[in-house]
Amino acid sequence: MSVLSDYRKREQSVTMSTEVAGLGETHELLTLNIGPHHPATHGVLRLIATLEGEVVRDIKPIIGYVHTGIEKTAEDKQYWKVIPVIERMDYLSYYFNPMAYCGAVETLLGLEVPPRAQYLRVIHLELNRIMSHLVWLGTSALDLGAMSMFWYCFRERETILDLFEMSSGQRMHTRYFQVGGVIEDIPVGFAEKVQAFVDEMPTRADQYADLLEKNEILLSRLRDTCILDEQTLLGLSVTGPLLRAAGNPWDLRKAAPYSSYDHFDFKIPVGSVGDNYDRFRVRHAELYESTKIIQQALDGLPEGPFIADDRKVVLPPRHELATSMEALIHHFKLVTEGFRVPEGEAYYPIEGPRGELGCFVRADGSAKPARVHMRDPSFVNLQALAPMVKDAYIADLIATLAMLDPILGGIDR
Amino acid sequence: MEVKREPADFRSRQLMARDMLRGDLEDADIEKFVEQAVMTTTLDRAVAWAQGNSIYPLTFGLACCAIEMMSIVAARVDIARFGFEAFRASPRQADVILLSGRVSMKMAPVIRRIYDQMLEPKFAISMGACCSSMGIFNNYALVPSDKFLPIDVHVPGCPPRPEALAHGILKLRDKIQYNERDGWRERYDAVGTEEVLPSVTGSVGGPLATNEETAGGATGA
Amino acid sequence: MPDASGLEAIAQELRDADPTSVLGTTHSGGRAEIQIDPERNVAVLEHLRGRGYSFLASLHGVDYYPHEPRLGVIYELLDMTEVDRISVKARVSTDDPRIASVIGMWPGANYPEREVYDMFGVEFDGHDDLRRILMPEDYEGHPQRRDFPVGGEPVLFTYNETDGYGADL
Repeated sequence: MSVLSDYRKREQSVTMSTEVAGLGETHELLTLNIGPHHPATHGVLRLIATLEGEVVRDIKPIIGYVHTGIEKTAEDKQYWKVIPVIERMDYLSYYFNPMAYCGAVETLLGLEVPPRAQYLRVIHLELNRIMSHLVWLGTSALDLGAMSMFWYCFRERETILDLFEMSSGQRMHTRYFQVGGVIEDIPVGFAEKVQAFVDEMPTRADQYADLLEKNEILLSRLRDTCILDEQTLLGLSVTGPLLRAAGNPWDLRKAAPYSSYDHFDFKIPVGSVGDNYDRFRVRHAELYESTKIIQQALDGLPEGPFIADDRKVVLPPRHELATSMEALIHHFKLVTEGFRVPEGEAYYPIEGPRGELGCFVRADGSAKPARVHMRDPSFVNLQALAPMVKDAYIADLIATLAMLDPILGGIDR
Repeated sequence: MEVKREPADFRSRQLMARDMLRGDLEDADIEKFVEQAVMTTTLDRAVAWAQGNSIYPLTFGLACCAIEMMSIVAARVDIARFGFEAFRASPRQADVILLSGRVSMKMAPVIRRIYDQMLEPKFAISMGACCSSMGIFNNYALVPSDKFLPIDVHVPGCPPRPEALAHGILKLRDKIQYNERDGWRERYDAVGTEEVLPSVTGSVGGPLATNEETAGGATGA
Repeated sequence: MPDASGLEAIAQELRDADPTSVLGTTHSGGRAEIQIDPERNVAVLEHLRGRGYSFLASLHGVDYYPHEPRLGVIYELLDMTEVDRISVKARVSTDDPRIASVIGMWPGANYPEREVYDMFGVEFDGHDDLRRILMPEDYEGHPQRRDFPVGGEPVLFTYNETDGYGADL
């Protein structure tokens, strides 16, 4: 009782003197701590902003508040058990994470994914991309003050989650992608439901554009704010919609197609100025393009197996377990020990909704990976925040953070 | 607190009311009238009913469960109909902290500080498997939330469906409305952990001094 | 990815420039990798950047325990005009885990190098702000190393804290 607690001591040590620090009598640099709990950060991101009045002079992001040790946990589990662990990394693009990982493991194994599985993967990936952009749109509009967008975007998101629940049983983190293909074939009625969604999605996207496009406040907040040129972005290793907004049409789906993306005809929206408005428009236009891809994938969905045939890696179908002894042994081996991957290293990059999502897997011949590293786009894109908001207002900082689309799960892993 | 109303008696109740206003009702009739027209309860229960129907959650999303928490605000599962209308950003104005997502080591002291800033009565819902019990990430980086916070409701799932979270929230509401409720220190046997300031004789106690001994004589308050 | 002969040509160029830099090449599964001496990493990467691999796609660390030298730093480079990828691996040992930072060439190496420092303990010379990025600032140990334990907690729920697992705690 006679000892002041540490906190109280610090409280009482703040002086209220009129001496200002910084650049003289009329200018003062203020250090403001934003976060980690703040309604405008997309997750637990802590920003230490050095402000002069309302102008941001310097910003330092501090991350690590959702660090989960995913990569360390993944080293401890068998290859197929890593898939649910890795899915929860970038928690809005939970089909892209296992896609990169399965791609890396399939490269190491030399496993061929059947065409039907590739098309199904593309359908789910593009649905996930639309869903991720919808959540981005809803929460960004919420940050900028346009609250009703949130409800409209989440209405669409519920439809997509119903589709995911139909194909795999779970709304989020579905572990639908497995090494070799997908875990099971789509049920009856799925194609019709996806078709119905694809039919109405362009109208809905038009509605979102109508709500926001002509809004003066939004335009003046986003136009010509926080421009960063293409060369600086390339030096900062930024990819994805941020780079495309600055004018560079780099998209791995077109440049280095994987999983049958070269069968589909779609465009890449590219911006010209590189301001927040271009970033917003690029992501909004990608909604239409993803819808086109899903339509083409549905039309051209080939027949065939939905997962690779190699019994050493892929579980045999359940009906065979009753009749074939070999199938039983394979099943047992795969479920208890898991499959072994020959020694090697692989890096498999794909185009996620935020940029290049790559997975590096090092295999040492055993049933557990020796190193799984996810190259997360948001982690690298966050380095672009400091140059973007230098000498911009603090309101522009909030808008830029929204347009940057950081997902802290991916940043902190 | 059940009040039964029989619609068939509406006309007879009207007549009874008219008689009462004229002063014509006798003893048994007056008692029956009072029973039908007036709800009696204790003040605690009434206050608890009101509190349970207007809980303001704190916007606190950590990871994947936050997205499902956002969809509980959206139109399909709408918790505004249960009174969770206003998500408050400031802990001083919120009643319940919905811990949605994995709590890492770096974040745990921050959450504790925010919880301490909330005003009584306050509650905590731990949403998701990672928060309640480490989930699938039982490793060096995470802390289960009931190690540093008294949690009222744990909602399992990875992530829990919005309907599951709504079920957990309604359980909390039942807990508030129907259970004997003291402050959280009595509930979790943490009496004696209050931070008590020293006596304010000549020191810079200021208006923050809440010590009972100096309640009467705070200097310079 | 450059095919095997292309990779050998690049390795030969590097050896012509500096005979000690290249320790070996690997070409398997569509991935071309050059193992280099960690002292020469800046020169090698500068040469490759001049050759067109101007984008640093990823910088990450690997722990090769029990093979020495243990800690590997891998640079994934991308040539955007030719759509070509090449990997460069430099291995350092835990006794002297120092390597030069490439932040001068690519400012985007800032956070990845801090992450490698945090998780593996590799110190990057020339990086002006090398501190922990994912773990708390005063954490001891480097979690991603193979001999660091995974950790975890025995989990208790408060309502049945007094019976079962951990009852004596």
